[in-house]
Amino acid sequence: MTYSPTIAYITIARKEVTRILRIWTQTLLPPIITQSLYFVIFGAFLGSRIGEVGGQSYAGFIVPGLILMAVVTSAFSNVASSFFGAKFQRSIEEILVAPVSPSTLLAGFCTGGIFRSLVVGVIVFIVSLFFVPSTITHLWAVIYFSIVTAIFFSMLGFLNGMFARKFDDVGIVPTFVLTPLTYLGGVFYDIANLPGVWHTIARFNPLAYAIDGFRYGFTGHASTPILGSAITMFLLTSVLGIALIALLRKRTGLQT
Amino acid sequence: MNAITLTHVEKTYSTGTQALKNVSFEVKAGSMTGLLGANGAGKTTLIGILTGLVRKTGGQILVAGINLDDQPELARSYIGVVPQEFNFSIFEKVEDILIDQAGYYGVPRKTARERADNLLHELGLWDKRTATARTLSGGMKRRLMIARALIHEPKILLLDEPSAGVDVELRRGMWEFIRKIHAQGTTILLTTHYLEEAEELCEQIVMMRQGEVVRNAPIQELLNELSAQSFVLTTDQLLTEGGIYNLKQKNATTWEASLKQGTSVTSMIQDFASHGVTIRDIRPKANRLEEVFIEAAM
Repeated sequence: MTYSPTIAYITIARKEVTRILRIWTQTLLPPIITQSLYFVIFGAFLGSRIGEVGGQSYAGFIVPGLILMAVVTSAFSNVASSFFGAKFQRSIEEILVAPVSPSTLLAGFCTGGIFRSLVVGVIVFIVSLFFVPSTITHLWAVIYFSIVTAIFFSMLGFLNGMFARKFDDVGIVPTFVLTPLTYLGGVFYDIANLPGVWHTIARFNPLAYAIDGFRYGFTGHASTPILGSAITMFLLTSVLGIALIALLRKRTGLQT
Repeated sequence: MNAITLTHVEKTYSTGTQALKNVSFEVKAGSMTGLLGANGAGKTTLIGILTGLVRKTGGQILVAGINLDDQPELARSYIGVVPQEFNFSIFEKVEDILIDQAGYYGVPRKTARERADNLLHELGLWDKRTATARTLSGGMKRRLMIARALIHEPKILLLDEPSAGVDVELRRGMWEFIRKIHAQGTTILLTTHYLEEAEELCEQIVMMRQGEVVRNAPIQELLNELSAQSFVLTTDQLLTEGGIYNLKQKNATTWEASLKQGTSVTSMIQDFASHGVTIRDIRPKANRLEEVFIEAAM
């Protein structure tokens, strides 16, 4: 029988999506509650005192950033925990002994992260409409930046799961890397307003480009050239994908 | 045609432990080969290398003529493996474990379901098909791993201690099933601690000691090499130590006798009877392969 990588991919992806839906109270509900609290506190309670940012209400300004923050967190944590969990209970060996190629393995696990993050993103957007009326001005930017961000952070989660040796290692990266990247990436402010050195640092933060581009899709205003942000995110995602496939080919973190 | 060819295979772990030293042997297509060795001999490391879970540090491996380094995915598609330790998700349903495993090998879902149903029936797991794996007994989990290894109908089956921890009845049933798979043309490489199992099932024996192959021969050749076989006798009479049977007293009524190759047990019993000694019970001290194993690999 001719080997079909498509069937292998569908098998891994289906298993991931089924797991997400089965434990939806752990995978879909928490980010929705967290982001709703942000809408209430920063949007309704504090937003009115802050005034306008970039020509619109503060609540309206932070909505895209909060949606993408949920996308980032869900994509990363889903793949990191699922892949490390499979490593930990050794069920990953079921895939490793089979003729599954590195790209199929990566695509299968990341599909789970992309699915979860996009579902969370859509729900958070719907919830945001109860607090702040939003309009989408450039749909392509909303779709492109949400998908490319979901792919990038799913792969970053995979990288984390690949090198993690214990559960603590899966928790450390979100705390010490992901959270600073998110908060310094312009969720709550326009990075164009950052003073000298902080503005330079923000230019090295991939999330700053993703949030800026995603926000452009809603507000029509971007702090950095939109094409530049789109290309930057595409290149970063491609480089990370190629690097992960090279690491998987060597079975880094998966072989003794 | 060889199913597996290992040439100068080496493995040194990052800790510096040299698990395999210049291991070379062949497994003929359609054969049943036993890989024997004490704990730490390198058997599981070798199985790990063949299945891609352990990285070799030297040598070459061909699986069905395909170089494992050049086309690892194609080479792995020929292999099914039953690992020593349980490595499935305990939260998944039994039938899902089988169908998903088939999917990883590119088997369409409809075909996978049909094969899973057959294997679940054959291995006595049909009633547990919708149960989660954690609810299975140890023997059932081991049978599930055998079913999982066969779901893609591999040409080569690697069994790493398949009957470890299962009761005698189940082990016998498992042997029958392995014989059936082998009769259908599947090449089998079996590692085991049970020498009785190897003697019962295998045609070729590879013995390993501290990462090296110390014997590789057809089982009959190994057994023929035995110059003598030891028996334990029970008699109420007092015997004299030594003699042609090299008798050694173990306790008041138990003696150990050594029977030279070519002498039958019946003639020994008759010989004792002719001297007025009645043997109440007689049994082999160890199975025959065990005696060869102790000599070669311990």
